[in-house]
Amino acid sequence: MSSEEQGPRKIDPVADVVAQTSSGVAAVVPHTWARAELFGTALRAAVFAGLLCALPFTLTNYQVFQVTLVLVYAIALLGLNLLTGYNGQISLGHGAFYAIGAYVAAILMDRYGVPYWLTVPVAGVGCFLVGYLFGFPALRLEGLYLALATFALGVALPQLLKSNFLEPWTGGVQGIVITKPDAPYGLKLNPDQWLYFFTLFFVLIALFLTRNLLRSRIGLAMVAIRDQPIAAEAMGVNTAFYKSLAFGISAMLTGVAGALGAIAVQFVAPDSFTVLLSITLLVGIVIGGLASIPGAMYGAIFIQFVPNVADKISKAAPWAIYGVFLILFMLVLPSGIAGGVRAMSHRFARRRSIQK
Amino acid sequence: MDAFLHQALSGLATGSIYASLALALVMIYQATHLVNFSQGEMAMFSTYIAWFLIQVGCPYWVAFLGTIAVSFVLGGAIQHIIIGRFQDASILSVVVVFVGLLAIFNSLAGWLFSYSIKAFPSPFPKEMGNTYMSAHELGAIGVMLAVLSLLVVFFRYTPLGLAMRAAAQNPTSSRLVGIRVDWMLALGWGLAGAIGSVAGMMIAPVVFLDPNMMSGVLLYAFAAALLGGIDNPVGAVLGGLLVGVLENLLGAYVIGNELKLTVALAIIVGVLVVRPAGLLGSIHVSRV
Repeated sequence: MSSEEQGPRKIDPVADVVAQTSSGVAAVVPHTWARAELFGTALRAAVFAGLLCALPFTLTNYQVFQVTLVLVYAIALLGLNLLTGYNGQISLGHGAFYAIGAYVAAILMDRYGVPYWLTVPVAGVGCFLVGYLFGFPALRLEGLYLALATFALGVALPQLLKSNFLEPWTGGVQGIVITKPDAPYGLKLNPDQWLYFFTLFFVLIALFLTRNLLRSRIGLAMVAIRDQPIAAEAMGVNTAFYKSLAFGISAMLTGVAGALGAIAVQFVAPDSFTVLLSITLLVGIVIGGLASIPGAMYGAIFIQFVPNVADKISKAAPWAIYGVFLILFMLVLPSGIAGGVRAMSHRFARRRSIQK
Repeated sequence: MDAFLHQALSGLATGSIYASLALALVMIYQATHLVNFSQGEMAMFSTYIAWFLIQVGCPYWVAFLGTIAVSFVLGGAIQHIIIGRFQDASILSVVVVFVGLLAIFNSLAGWLFSYSIKAFPSPFPKEMGNTYMSAHELGAIGVMLAVLSLLVVFFRYTPLGLAMRAAAQNPTSSRLVGIRVDWMLALGWGLAGAIGSVAGMMIAPVVFLDPNMMSGVLLYAFAAALLGGIDNPVGAVLGGLLVGVLENLLGAYVIGNELKLTVALAIIVGVLVVRPAGLLGSIHVSRV
């Protein structure tokens, strides 16, 4: 029996729209679990959790730092995927929300002496508000025009951060240096290992929230708006509200990632958040897989490590190699890594059911 | 008053360069309904080809025409070899492919021609200038207007131009009446490459030649094309000139150079919120 089998459907107009129109039905319709399958899933999850906990003790400090950055990107990509993958609004400026999150954390720690763990939720709330407000003018714009508006946001923000007007808080071009926090309660972890677990904690929260959100009324409405905006509106979905809300939640996750990234890197400066960051995030969700939660993980691994691989292949023109990678990837796996994995597991599941 | 006029006119000149690149974007948009994010890097790469031809001893105008020809072939080849394979892919996949192309051109230019900043000659004699505009500024406007008129004539009055428009509007019907649609797409990309190379060669004497010279220009061109209406060449030129003048005047009189990009973009987005199809774009009505 395949795990994609649908459960009995409740009568819910929004769910109906989703089920009829969405290609990603399986992701949103609740599963019925067979007991053996539940056991298998729990076992896999336990092994995976064990691996995640053992990881920082087997790697060098620098490698732990790199893996922490992968986790940070994963949260950011989850946020962007919520907006672009599930709600169908293209953003070429999510680096701006990442930057706002990073700066909120850095300013609170540096200027106001707020403890680092408190800055992360504050950054999330701040970015939620900014994103929600930006969502309003974005309602009027679609496709390319939305891409331009968000692109403009991504381009404008580093300039704003550099401006004299904000310099007393942002430190201008120089940026802000943050000290790396030590592990609390006398835990025998070095700062890199502690930050890894600290970030992992937020990744788990983000995954839990996103998964449940997507299965809730809000998530179904978001997907319905992506696939059939007119039908969704006709069935009583408040399109404007949900689109702005998607912007807000997406910005919140990306802002949390920015705050965690700032703590991990120990430094924020306007030039770390150029529009290139926004483009990298977009590349991450497309390569990882649109409208897929594991896709955010795959994408994060890709954007963190593949540039290094390209650098190893050719020192002279690493970005040319990276570009070739991107094009080949899209040629071979047009629906991203998550799409490829899904197709593979379908094939295995089918083979198994034939053997039975 | 003199200073004001000077600012406005030199804004017109930079605007004409944005307009040229915006025209290239419009070409590809008309042919394939995609916005080519790698257009700026393609233009930059073409400019390096021109620089190379001049270095080996070609006279300027020979290098100019040679570069246009090479860029035309290069643009067509990119469509035929790479982009053509992504016809059924989602828009976002194609965006990633464009990002890939952007990285490739940027890196290749740096690798082949080094990252050091180079001077690029202007073909216009110094005597042509007057108190308000330099010779190069006048020349850039002239070249852009020439490109625009050629395009308008090509699309309005030649059978090939008509075939291209048909292929963009309705590929299936066009194929039925015997138009080679894939070649029309390649032609659109070729034209975009050629126009982009002109834009590159016009801006290089102003900003100097280096692999990152186009990143800012592309953003303005993108804004210009959307402001004027992305399916209309005349609109793109109008948008380009407006963006150039707006940027210069805002920088000089209102907010200073630091934030002029930000404010110009905010204004453009503001205009689009009120008039989403752009100033001269055709408004699409979809049937429900």
